[in-house]
Amino acid sequence: MELSFGPEYESFREEVRDFITTHKDQQAPSSAGSEAGKSWQKTLIEAGYTARTIPKEYGGFGAAPDMVKSRIINEEFSTARMPGGLGGQGISMLIPTLLEMGTDEQKEQFIKPTLHGEMVWCQGYSEPGAGSDLASLRTSAVLDGDEWVINGSKIWTSTAHLAHWMFCLVRTEPDAPKHNGISFLLLRMDTPGIEIRPLVDMTMNANFNEVFFTDVRVPKDQIVGRRGQGWQVANAILGHERDSLADPNASMTRLNSLIDLMKTETLGGERLIDNPLYRERLMKIQGRVMAMRYNDMRVLSSRLNKDQEAPLARMITKLQGTELRHELEALAIDAMGEVGLSFGSNPYLRGGGSWQYQFMYFLGLIIGGGTNQIQKNIISERGLGMPKEPKIEK
Amino acid sequence: MRFGLSEEQTLLSDSITRFLADNVPLEEVRKVASGEASDSAVWQGLTELGVPGLMIPEDHGGVGLGSLDAVVVADCLGGNVTPSPFISSAVIAPTILLAAGKREDLLGSIAGGEVRIGIAFGEAIGARVDADVKVSGGKISGKSLFALDTQADHFLVATKGKHIYLVSASDCEVTDLPTVDRTRTTCEIKYNDVAAELISDDPAVFTEALDRARVVMASDTLGAAQHMIDEAVAYAKVREQFNRPIASFQAVKHMCAQMIADLEPCRSMVWYAGHALDSVPEEARLLACHTKAHLAEVGRSVSKTATEVHGGMGFTDLLGLHYWFKRCGFNRQMLGVPEVVREEAARLQGLAA
Repeated sequence: MELSFGPEYESFREEVRDFITTHKDQQAPSSAGSEAGKSWQKTLIEAGYTARTIPKEYGGFGAAPDMVKSRIINEEFSTARMPGGLGGQGISMLIPTLLEMGTDEQKEQFIKPTLHGEMVWCQGYSEPGAGSDLASLRTSAVLDGDEWVINGSKIWTSTAHLAHWMFCLVRTEPDAPKHNGISFLLLRMDTPGIEIRPLVDMTMNANFNEVFFTDVRVPKDQIVGRRGQGWQVANAILGHERDSLADPNASMTRLNSLIDLMKTETLGGERLIDNPLYRERLMKIQGRVMAMRYNDMRVLSSRLNKDQEAPLARMITKLQGTELRHELEALAIDAMGEVGLSFGSNPYLRGGGSWQYQFMYFLGLIIGGGTNQIQKNIISERGLGMPKEPKIEK
Repeated sequence: MRFGLSEEQTLLSDSITRFLADNVPLEEVRKVASGEASDSAVWQGLTELGVPGLMIPEDHGGVGLGSLDAVVVADCLGGNVTPSPFISSAVIAPTILLAAGKREDLLGSIAGGEVRIGIAFGEAIGARVDADVKVSGGKISGKSLFALDTQADHFLVATKGKHIYLVSASDCEVTDLPTVDRTRTTCEIKYNDVAAELISDDPAVFTEALDRARVVMASDTLGAAQHMIDEAVAYAKVREQFNRPIASFQAVKHMCAQMIADLEPCRSMVWYAGHALDSVPEEARLLACHTKAHLAEVGRSVSKTATEVHGGMGFTDLLGLHYWFKRCGFNRQMLGVPEVVREEAARLQGLAA
């Protein structure tokens, strides 16, 4: 057991802390594409705290991949509750995909503006008839001269209403087996024939959308990878998304906020923390948060040391982490009684309304990013070697 | 950075596992559990591997290893539901005698497997009205309940004030108290004004031993629960109903996935807690509490679910799966039930009075 990252990394940690101290008044950027967000992104890239390993020629910081440094940045930002760089599916999903599978022209054209928040993307994967069974998607693209002609629809498309571009999966080879008939296309959202309808979720935000395509024409070369290779292109980086959905450092930070709340908030003249039933629930959750934190250290270690393997520890993080966060938020709500119900413009909101919001948001994450039931299929099949459900003959 | 066991610890685990697989099959466990045999032969075998002296320094005749090594051994012992006085003789007793710097002459014979030391901690963890221990003028009277290890030669008795005394078993009336788990023994000890040697009047000594024992006990649960998952998955793959292995039904797969999803982080937690006991003292106490409590909860749900996956066979004595179920139950109750231990965790952080 050697838990220190070594003196080089500890001095790097000091650098990150100094940066955080200097910028401690930084507010979280409001929304995708906002000027404040772009400017904070620029500062972070220059310091090397976001887009760290993206080559300089594409607008990144250009450092060699170093998991420990990325980890230290993440830990320090999370502990200090300091806003990180721009997120969104263009940055988290498309850029890694292009770096791995894109042509030089595509990298040149898309990575830099995406990274700097000039080009906002949405992801067109799920369809009304293709959720957990994504590979059965039916939106079609047919080649007509130098253009793909797209017809069909997508759903759960985050930020489609703000996005300039979409990367999407479409069926280009209708006669091939379902996984081999899909292609990965890039298209402008202002292309004629695209209709966007907002999809309001239970938090009453319209972050999701439905997107409808009617004879949408897209230049032939806006394909990543080859025809029929789209499933492999999309899967090249899908693992990233699942890992990032339930960061144990964020859970630890959130737990500390919950402890602060329970120490200050009172009900019936008694601090919430002094109620033994709520305290017991808090301690139970703390134990689980700690277990996930050490699990995460083991996962990191298995990535750093080639002789270590921890496939199960990695596979379970989305399932366990999202359920745990949902329960953590629920405790705050329960302990506050009626005040826990406050939402929207209610003047008695605590934590800016974040407890109810996150409670519902994490329910969304339990379902999204591969439902937790799909996670259990993956864990039992790939992790425990249990057989797949027999296919039903068509 | 390297989070995990060292090469030596992996080898230690392999050699204990191999020994147990060869020498302590389920038939042997059954014999001990039914009272047909004692655990002496098993303990003697483990002595050849250095287990009783694992944490005893080499100059006292032991192997001189640390808490994480004890965690590794307990994981193996739990996985095999091994009958042995490991936690009392090899973990708690050496910790107390070394921390107190008293009766170190006993360490050599503990390491050699000649002397077994039992533990009567009930008074200090949660006193009962039907048990009461009083010490005055070097004499002890009253009784202890659910002391660990009926066969012990001596007992370390902790009082309400967390003072620790050593008494000789031959001076006391020791009666076996059968529990649901017969792979470890517990007893009632009656003291009729017999000699008690003060080992420590420093509560910190008691606490150090308790923390260590709690983490080691959690690791025993880790091993037992992992074994139950392995068995459940293996059984589900061969058991067929409706013309297919039950492992292909999502209802069964999801039970197994949830078990491993709950248990896998426990492995990291137990390892880290073992490491912290020796190397991160400022975190060790809180971790010991949370690890003990969390493993008790996961142990309960895994042992229930794994039994269910086996269907009716899981409920029978034929399969013997119940030994692991009961082992998890024993570990949950001993040395502090989860609710009590979590309240201690809250107190440690200033969150409870």
